[in-house]
Amino acid sequence: MSKIKCALIGSGNIGTDLLFKLKRSEILEPVWMVGVDEKSEGLAKAREMGLKTTHAGIEGLLPHVAADGVQIAFDATSAYVHAENSRKLNELGVLMIDLTPAAIGPLCAPTVNLKALAAQGGVVNVNMISCAGQATIPIVAAVSAVQPVDYAEIVASLSSKSVGPGTRANLDEFTSTTSSALEKVGGAKKGKALAIINPAEPPLIMRNTISCEVEGAPDQAAITASVLEMIAQVQIYVPGYKLVNGPDFDGNRVSVFMEVAGLGDYLPTYAGNLDIMTAAAARTAELFAEGLRAAGAQKETA
Amino acid sequence: MMAKSKLEGRKVALHDMTLRDGMHAKREQISVAQMVEIGAGLDAAGVPYLQVTHGAGLGGNSLQHGRALASNAEYISAVAGVVKQAKISVLLIPGLGAMRELQEAYECGARSVHVATHSTEADVSPQHIAFARKLGMDATGFLMMSHLNDARGLAEQALLMESYGANTVYVTDSAGAMLTEDVAEAVSRMREALRPETEIGFHGHHNLGLGIANSIAAIAAGASRIDASLAGLGAGAGNAPLEVLAAVCDRMGIETGVDLFKLMDLAEDVVVPMMDHLVRVDREALTLGYAGVYSTFLLPARRAAERFGVPARDILIELGRRKMIGGQEDMIQDAAMTMARERAGASGKAAPPV
Repeated sequence: MSKIKCALIGSGNIGTDLLFKLKRSEILEPVWMVGVDEKSEGLAKAREMGLKTTHAGIEGLLPHVAADGVQIAFDATSAYVHAENSRKLNELGVLMIDLTPAAIGPLCAPTVNLKALAAQGGVVNVNMISCAGQATIPIVAAVSAVQPVDYAEIVASLSSKSVGPGTRANLDEFTSTTSSALEKVGGAKKGKALAIINPAEPPLIMRNTISCEVEGAPDQAAITASVLEMIAQVQIYVPGYKLVNGPDFDGNRVSVFMEVAGLGDYLPTYAGNLDIMTAAAARTAELFAEGLRAAGAQKETA
Repeated sequence: MMAKSKLEGRKVALHDMTLRDGMHAKREQISVAQMVEIGAGLDAAGVPYLQVTHGAGLGGNSLQHGRALASNAEYISAVAGVVKQAKISVLLIPGLGAMRELQEAYECGARSVHVATHSTEADVSPQHIAFARKLGMDATGFLMMSHLNDARGLAEQALLMESYGANTVYVTDSAGAMLTEDVAEAVSRMREALRPETEIGFHGHHNLGLGIANSIAAIAAGASRIDASLAGLGAGAGNAPLEVLAAVCDRMGIETGVDLFKLMDLAEDVVVPMMDHLVRVDREALTLGYAGVYSTFLLPARRAAERFGVPARDILIELGRRKMIGGQEDMIQDAAMTMARERAGASGKAAPPV
């Protein structure tokens, strides 16, 4: 069966790392990469890998969408331009996977709500929250599954080299989108996200600390089992997702200390924040692509 | 009779930190009434800037940084309501605090802000600095952990902050680790690089006993704003003690416009009796300055030491080795847990499972 064709918008760290992952997909085929800088390293990599590229931004892609059969687009630009990109591509019938903190579509953490989203139908834009969200929401959801979480707080520490200009210019959006996803997807009554950018050399591996205040005394055995099971689920698509300490119980507070090592596709392994975001986006697109492929097959037989 | 100081006639604005950095030394438990009393006292003593927020600034109320007795809005409004001449300032660390919180602080009466980034990451602050200027606020770029960048690098970061709209840029010795000559060089480089109308400030911690000496070195090199707090109430061994700095400035003929005796009385009669622990260069505070670790880590490291049975000094040294920076308080418990497990393993006891 033929693969579903995809376009990548944004040729920075995230877009380029995602390109490597899509190249390995059995169901997705990246055919276009869109940038704004002719000399961008990401566009050069894409051309090397046989993709068509443009540095004329989204306008450079739009005329080719129909002819090249693009059905899914990934936006790794910035929250400020995402809404326009999404509107233009949705008009052409393209499903948008949003890797910016714009969050105009439903929020998605694959191990928590991807199946439900794909099943609900009519979704034209899916938001991948943030790297911090992908690394922490599954843990909050795992605690929420055992007992109500009154408050969830996460601290994401990212190496300076892995944080591109988009995230730096969108830091407020990054933390507010992640905070809101801790509630909407993680199930906490209130969520708060903190981001730290650490410049140490050699660069430090991404770390995430998740703390939940639960209602009543925590059921330690059930929470520990639920968290460990969730970690195993995430490890299926992010092998470097690892528990360092915890779950630690202190009163009604549960703390889990994680690290995320990347696969080293585009940036070295310290940049687990890139991996967990792009791997989640690829996994999400793959599940929607299965639906598109099934719909396509039905059309052919009809 | 001693010779006149070369700095005689220099004008310096003192920026009080008691009601912000002091929150760290009080585990964020300063009451609104205490803030009002101290704020009114500082205002009456002629201190031109008072910083009022949670120790970690706007957005600071959290498990990571502790929950204060009141919200930032309550603290700021209360102090703004009693000051006559002083400007109220706030701390905003992008990644923790956000622009909507700055807007709220402004509405409560704040008119100045320290927008703080790590000393190499100024480029996370353009939105926040520009927004402060749009509100008409006095905007400072605050380069935390300045000891982790060199003078040339700090000047480059300062230029970025100036380009975003900061009218003042600070050398911020968050770890109390800078030597006097480092401070002088950093400030001089900045002075050469920045526009003449852009002010330079210095924020010290007393972990190596250099709070006052470094502040004076900064003034000699061209700084015109200095952070300090009454009786030094602040993280680690505290900030440069405000009343001591005022006295030294007075002796040198540096014009600060403050009433020294009123500050001495406030420090002695109000702030010292408030202290939960004596803010001084004790073993762990000295370790912070010696190893270059964020001063705020002091009290959480002591708590982790108690809970996990690893000495606080060992935890702080490990955090320095791991190159942890301001805001990474979660890594204190993480380091303590890992060290406790490794030590239990090394001594032949069964290591608890992770």
